[in-house]
Amino acid sequence: MREIRYRDALREAMLEEMERDESVFLMGEEVGHYQGAYKVSEGLLDKFGERRVIDTPIAEGGFAGVGIGAAMVGLRPIIEFMTWNFSFVAFDQIISNAAKIHPMSAGAVRVPIVFRGPNGAAKQVAAQHSHSCAPFYTNIPGLYVIQPSTPRDAKGLLKSAIRSDNPVVFLEGETLYGVKGEVPDEGVEELVPIGESRLARAGGHCTIVSWGRPYYTVMAAAEKLSAEGIECEVIDPRTLRPLDTSLMVESVKKTNRCVVVHEHWPYGGPGAEIVDRLQREAFDYLDAPLERVSSLDVPMPYALNLEDTVLPTEDRVIDAVKRVSYVK
Amino acid sequence: MAKIIGLPKLSPTMEEGTLVAWTKKEGDEVEVDDLLAEVETDKATMEFRSFDRGVLLKILVPQGETLEPDVPVAIIGKAGEDISDLLEQVASKSASKSASVPESASESAPAPESASAPESASAPESASESAPAPESAPASGRVLSSPLVRKLARERSIDLRTVEGSGPQGRIVKRDIESYAGPSAAAAGAEGERLPPRVVKASSMRRTIARRLTESKQTVPHYYLTIDVDIAPLSDARSAMNAQLEASGEKVSLNDLIIKVAAATLRRVPEVNASWMEKEIHYHQVVDISVAVAVDDGLMTPVIRDADRKGVAEIAREVRDLAEKARNRKLQPEEMSNGTFSISNLGMFGIEEFSAVINPPEAAILAVGTIRNEPIVEGDAIVPGRRMRFTMSCDHRVIDGATGAKFMAAFKSTIESPLTMLL
Amino acid sequence: MMVIRRFEEEAARNYAKGKIGGFLHLYIGQEAIAVAAAEVLEEGDYIFQTYRDHGIALARGMSPNAAMAELFGKDTGCSRGLGGSMHFFDVERGFLGGWAIVGGHLALAAGTAFKAKYSGEDRVTMCFFGEGSTNIGGFHEAMSLAGLWKLPVVFVCENNQYAMGTPLERTSPLKDLSIKAQGYGMLGDRLEGHDVEVVRERLGAAVGRARAGEGPTFVEILTYRFRGHSMSDPAKYRTRTELEQRKQQDPIAVVRGRLVDLGVEENALDDIDLEVDEEIDAAVRFADESAPAQEDVMMSTVLVAEDGS
Repeated sequence: MREIRYRDALREAMLEEMERDESVFLMGEEVGHYQGAYKVSEGLLDKFGERRVIDTPIAEGGFAGVGIGAAMVGLRPIIEFMTWNFSFVAFDQIISNAAKIHPMSAGAVRVPIVFRGPNGAAKQVAAQHSHSCAPFYTNIPGLYVIQPSTPRDAKGLLKSAIRSDNPVVFLEGETLYGVKGEVPDEGVEELVPIGESRLARAGGHCTIVSWGRPYYTVMAAAEKLSAEGIECEVIDPRTLRPLDTSLMVESVKKTNRCVVVHEHWPYGGPGAEIVDRLQREAFDYLDAPLERVSSLDVPMPYALNLEDTVLPTEDRVIDAVKRVSYVK
Repeated sequence: MAKIIGLPKLSPTMEEGTLVAWTKKEGDEVEVDDLLAEVETDKATMEFRSFDRGVLLKILVPQGETLEPDVPVAIIGKAGEDISDLLEQVASKSASKSASVPESASESAPAPESASAPESASAPESASESAPAPESAPASGRVLSSPLVRKLARERSIDLRTVEGSGPQGRIVKRDIESYAGPSAAAAGAEGERLPPRVVKASSMRRTIARRLTESKQTVPHYYLTIDVDIAPLSDARSAMNAQLEASGEKVSLNDLIIKVAAATLRRVPEVNASWMEKEIHYHQVVDISVAVAVDDGLMTPVIRDADRKGVAEIAREVRDLAEKARNRKLQPEEMSNGTFSISNLGMFGIEEFSAVINPPEAAILAVGTIRNEPIVEGDAIVPGRRMRFTMSCDHRVIDGATGAKFMAAFKSTIESPLTMLL
Repeated sequence: MMVIRRFEEEAARNYAKGKIGGFLHLYIGQEAIAVAAAEVLEEGDYIFQTYRDHGIALARGMSPNAAMAELFGKDTGCSRGLGGSMHFFDVERGFLGGWAIVGGHLALAAGTAFKAKYSGEDRVTMCFFGEGSTNIGGFHEAMSLAGLWKLPVVFVCENNQYAMGTPLERTSPLKDLSIKAQGYGMLGDRLEGHDVEVVRERLGAAVGRARAGEGPTFVEILTYRFRGHSMSDPAKYRTRTELEQRKQQDPIAVVRGRLVDLGVEENALDDIDLEVDEEIDAAVRFADESAPAQEDVMMSTVLVAEDGS
């Protein structure tokens, strides 16, 4: 194991897969000569050339569609959205085309494509650039939705996504790009399977499910709670569609309570889906209502103090854990 | 070949259409795609264009009619073609269509009737269900508890009304159940092994049984007499009786016959039909046999009054009715008190013989075992036999050994030759 | 052309009978374009079409059986009953779908052309759409990228004058749409679509340029549909006189007249018509008798299983 940043983990995944498979290419705005708006694709143009690292005009609908068309006939495109906020002008391509081609052709056509880029709030980029997009895409049968929290999962899951024959929505985080974490040594290939959750922290008192940026908020809150004698078990679903609830259910059977912490808005989405499944799959084991800590139900404000209020905070996580544990 | 033309479905949602105007008349030439008529649908006035070429031989529906899709509206074919068959077909089609209307109406008629039946049937049921509720529910109303607590309460048979909740609004949560069950139970539960005993509150029936039988065993000097009898004759008699009864749908059991034989024997040895009343002995003038019936969580002893004077079929009926009542807890107190002698049968469980506890103030109880098929020696031969053992527990204060033995001998002889009962 | 015409007539008949559901958009009047396109394309080339997709699918060689069965929602249909009229697929023949979001499939066509260029394959993509598509963003983005990257694709705008019910003069400031090509750095062409030979020649030239690596062409073909936009459209926005005039230029009548002029016996042409009648009748019977669409096919084709099946 060695420590690298989340951003570098993603780059390594793309680099290794592009070396392995000539049909893989990267397309998007500023991915080549600019070396990536967030430097995720830094160095790839030099290594693979303009044929396989392709700068595009500002035309998300157009290049998403070109990627889907290329995937229909055998290429494995990685389409980078500079941020997922811009995917909305390519919504039709992802939903009406990418997710529908396999079913509409009764399985005759496959669309092995990855759409990736940073998702969610960054810092003070306000209402139009702070969307947490998982709820939009997890509602669509025909798509995989992956949102890795750690560098190791980012690398292992992106490699799996590129090799998958299905269209994948891959949600990264701008604030996560600099996060360091352990990944397998160079030359050791690890493919993290799509659709498997991960036990991130063991504990017997309260289960917390979280992913993406708030995953780190949760891990910090869990340390503070531990100092007070409350041991939290943290589960990271990693893939939001298909959703693997097996670890969560096992954990809730032990702790009898659960808090789900997510960055997206409270109305629906994977947070609500997890709560729905747990109340059915672990009903007889619940000693308290399932709780959610989400972003507040408002468009993201610009001011830093307000942004901090909107995103899930350590205090809100700690309060929720104590509430479901009946601890004052 | 001429064709019947049906009204086309001109939109996906069209349920009916009105023929606003025919744009061709009978005798006109028709090309594919020619406008035949205008049809007003739910969406708009639509063009009804021909799918066929030929001559419009017959218009079947005048302008202004409103029709369902597919209803015949015209006939197209070759000039001068005979279309009488088609016209007949159209006529019979519309006749069968109109006939089907009352049919479906009569089909729907019985529906309200059958729908109301279960409704009225369920009404008293729900009333009886809600009746005990006020009794059991605490004044505070619904008990709030988490799903986990309800599961634990089921498993440990804890009545949640007796548990105090420490959660919001008094919700009973896991820790309340754990402290309720006691610290040791909580520890054991946490280990996940060596579960504590399941604690169940004794029912009032259970407590009555405990009190009365303890009293019996502690105060009544029991002794036991066991006798082995050939049950074949009685068993055969039973088969014969059941064959007779078959038409009536009734049946007698071996136990019913044993009740009858015991009652008859009590008449012959009346000293056994008695009670020790401290300073006196009561010799009963009636033969009332208590029959032990197992019920959920206990035992009841309904009484067959005047069993000596009743026929076996009548005894069978009474036993069946009373046992049913006992199992449904519908037995009235007078139906299970003041017996003079008891019979308990565990033969159906394969018990060969056992000693029962006397049901005071009765002086004896007869315990009935199972039928055993075994070889017996008859003269010099070994023959198959059907045997049964009876054990009578006697109250020595009333029945001495010889008296008891006399009863058992008489009982055996009657069992082995049931016809003597008729003497 | 007769196969398409008769297929569409029979589809309309069966729609009226309730055998076909949903939307049904007929190609009657536009047949020359599909037939000419199929003539100039090679095996291995790709085709994309809008929801008005029966004509090109049949021209490309899809059997009327598979096409009609799809309309009937049957398991034997070209999309096994999951696609319907608007979503025909015939991957074997490079027919990559009927698409039902206006302008949404143009970028896909640029994508298959991209793949041909990326992999150095000799494959041309031909993408059909109506004049109504030229106003939506998807058109602009796909044309931009195809022009920028000189992709081997031919964009064929079948201008049938009406975007559903709205005539061109009320949706576009341009009468001549082909000049839009200039804005994307590609060649534009404009022609009438009722003469199959003319269409063949001009589409052939565009395909030839794409194959030679000279980039995309935008071809506007003026045509006319004799039916409404879909089966529930009474087409009140145009006059009967206009329709009757247009029918004078029925592409089938045009080609028939030319064949007769060339000395082909009327009888021989009638025989062909009869043959086609039989083929289409058989397709209806086949569709009617086929097994319904299957639930397990639906459930198993949402995603590719991770074992690749």
